[in-house]
Amino acid sequence: MSFFNTLINGNEGGLKEETLTPTQKVTLRAVIVGILYYGLSAFEGMMMRAHAISPLPMLDDSHYFSVMTVHPIVGIFGSTYLVVFGAFTFLVPYLMKKPLYSIKLANYTWGFIAIGALLAWLGGFIWHYAPLYTLYWPLPVDFSQYDAVGGLVFIVGVALVMVGTLGFIYNIFATVFYTEDGHEKRPVKPLLISALGIDGMLNILYKMTGREPYSKEPAVSLPVVAIFRGTIDTFLDALVILTCGILILVYIIGDLSGATMDYTSVNALLYKNFFWWGLDLIADGLVLIYIAGSWYLLAMLITGKKLFMQNIARAALLLELIVSWAVWSHHLLADQGQPNMMKLVSGEMVTAFELVTQGIAIFITLVTLWSAKPLKMSNELKFLLGGILGFMLAVPAGIIQADMGLNRILHNTQWVAGPHFHVAILVGLTMTLYSAIYILWPTLTNGVKLYSQKMANYHFWAHLIGGIGMGAFMGMAAMDGMLRRTLYMEGEYQTYMILAGICGFLLLSAWVVFLVNVLMSVGVKGLLGVFSKSKIDTKDLVPSQEENK
Amino acid sequence: MTDSVDVLNALKIVYTIYTLSVISLIGWFALGLVNPKGKPRIVKPSTFYAYVGILITVGVAIHIVTFNKIPWVEIDFKRDSIQPAEVYKIEMKDHRYIFNGQDIKAGDIHIPCNEYVLFEVDSKDLTYGFGIFRQNNSMVLQMQVVPGNKNDLMWKFHKNGVYHLRSTEYSGPAGAHMYIKDVFEVSGCNEDDKYSQKGADK
Repeated sequence: MSFFNTLINGNEGGLKEETLTPTQKVTLRAVIVGILYYGLSAFEGMMMRAHAISPLPMLDDSHYFSVMTVHPIVGIFGSTYLVVFGAFTFLVPYLMKKPLYSIKLANYTWGFIAIGALLAWLGGFIWHYAPLYTLYWPLPVDFSQYDAVGGLVFIVGVALVMVGTLGFIYNIFATVFYTEDGHEKRPVKPLLISALGIDGMLNILYKMTGREPYSKEPAVSLPVVAIFRGTIDTFLDALVILTCGILILVYIIGDLSGATMDYTSVNALLYKNFFWWGLDLIADGLVLIYIAGSWYLLAMLITGKKLFMQNIARAALLLELIVSWAVWSHHLLADQGQPNMMKLVSGEMVTAFELVTQGIAIFITLVTLWSAKPLKMSNELKFLLGGILGFMLAVPAGIIQADMGLNRILHNTQWVAGPHFHVAILVGLTMTLYSAIYILWPTLTNGVKLYSQKMANYHFWAHLIGGIGMGAFMGMAAMDGMLRRTLYMEGEYQTYMILAGICGFLLLSAWVVFLVNVLMSVGVKGLLGVFSKSKIDTKDLVPSQEENK
Repeated sequence: MTDSVDVLNALKIVYTIYTLSVISLIGWFALGLVNPKGKPRIVKPSTFYAYVGILITVGVAIHIVTFNKIPWVEIDFKRDSIQPAEVYKIEMKDHRYIFNGQDIKAGDIHIPCNEYVLFEVDSKDLTYGFGIFRQNNSMVLQMQVVPGNKNDLMWKFHKNGVYHLRSTEYSGPAGAHMYIKDVFEVSGCNEDDKYSQKGADK
């Protein structure tokens, strides 16, 4: 078959969109748009990498910082949120063995998030609105530097993302608790106890006191517990970001209507605490909890075995949830107005517990995999190991910077951006998501054969080496004093930046190869067909054998 | 006396060793996972609890070690009860550093050696950063400068040198180049800061 023919029709017939159920389609839509947004974010990343090597003439300061502002919005909300929400939209009903509560709501969810991310991006691209994702007060309302219209478009975009997020949250919680038609009513109490992981704790307690387990067969499977717990943080985070968005919006509307307001009415440090409390629920809350749940699920699916230390895993997820509510002060260790006791307790000590909770997830996943050896080194397994490696590198890097001594010389340096969050997101989180994509691929595409294993291998190695390498060279530059969010005009860190740029290029090339592999597998026709209305009227997750013919 | 160069050098070594160890561990694990020889060993719960114990110990030990080995942590905790030899009051507004009523410039601040000095920086509009850097661009110290709040940092310098001032926080595109060379001069020490002698870039 010619290259062109395969590109249009896919590998061995490609994706037959007419066989896809509405749930498969809504999942694939979110994942596809998320992967495309990842490419945009990677391209923006490369623009900044190139600028760090040698300032690009077409990127003036306001343009550069607007790219820096929208890069995480597109990367986190446009890409990660969509891929994660898409996958969970399928996995929660799949694991609960019942249909998704509302397919219509799931369609609105990805639509709102996709449009919201696009609007936020336009706010930066057209108007160069550039307060960065941190939105430190009063920078987002400094209209001597920014056009208020750009701010309006940006904030409305982020608000739309949050509204879509609330839709996802409602759908997930409703799917866990609702009783499907024709079934006996499911009692809420055991579901809630199990979804919160309290049954795991009670099982440990009962065992310690010599009693029978509280629950031999938990009402909710462990990965759903993780998704449920992570979604609580997603909810709180959405509320905080929406609240800040409304505050900024009030000032923007005031400025546009000629009634400029005094920004000193808002205490900048109090705002910073509130905002970081919410924003940190993404980084140190839902990401870590979702990731732990994804690892557990992937380990169980890859090995076909039960998870090692199930009850501990359930209890650890509850601990992670509580820890995630109390760690935000590690972002304020360089703020001298922040009370020392908060820095010590929240910033250092509670934050250090993330080493424990994430360490537990790593140990349980690795032991579960080991118990099933020998295993075939499939794409899902290798990406899972890559994801675990990413967090093994990034979490300690975060604990190191969450130290009052080290933070004094690491805060806002490339250490934060490189070894910590880019390694966490690109290697840890993204490789875990790729593992989930590879393992769900046959189920979601009704068995489309991957076009090229060699391309999948390149995707793996280029992504892994690129991600770790970029983080490492940014980290080395940080040790020599290189800040993030700062322009260096005298070539101060050029060698490190060239090496980080090469690694960044590897990352971008990995995405291009992955995209081509996906496109050649499903075909352009199949890919576009995902966005058309499903021809199967069913709430089932996958087609029946008859429908699949 | 330990300074930031010593701390960062130690961190470079420790984190590089850690990174290489972890990559090797996962590589070894992956090879073992696909190796058909040998049966998987059953991991006992006691191994798991010992591992958790190690994690807790490491998490807490990092902070105890740095508290005892990095001198500025204790100074930071006690700064309210220490009388500084000098207080430098700096104001920030419109992306400018203002000292004694004028834009700050090279040679403006002379710092005595081995004395507690206090930097009090007040922002009149945005959130900025206050960072002191060596001639080779490595960082000596920094703090955030949050408007409407107290931003004070106490320090003790032990080496002679000339240092730059740079904002360590983004304050919009207009603040992208808040960098003033050779603002601080430390003198009177027995030792020179070899990375921060004027005219030397390394």
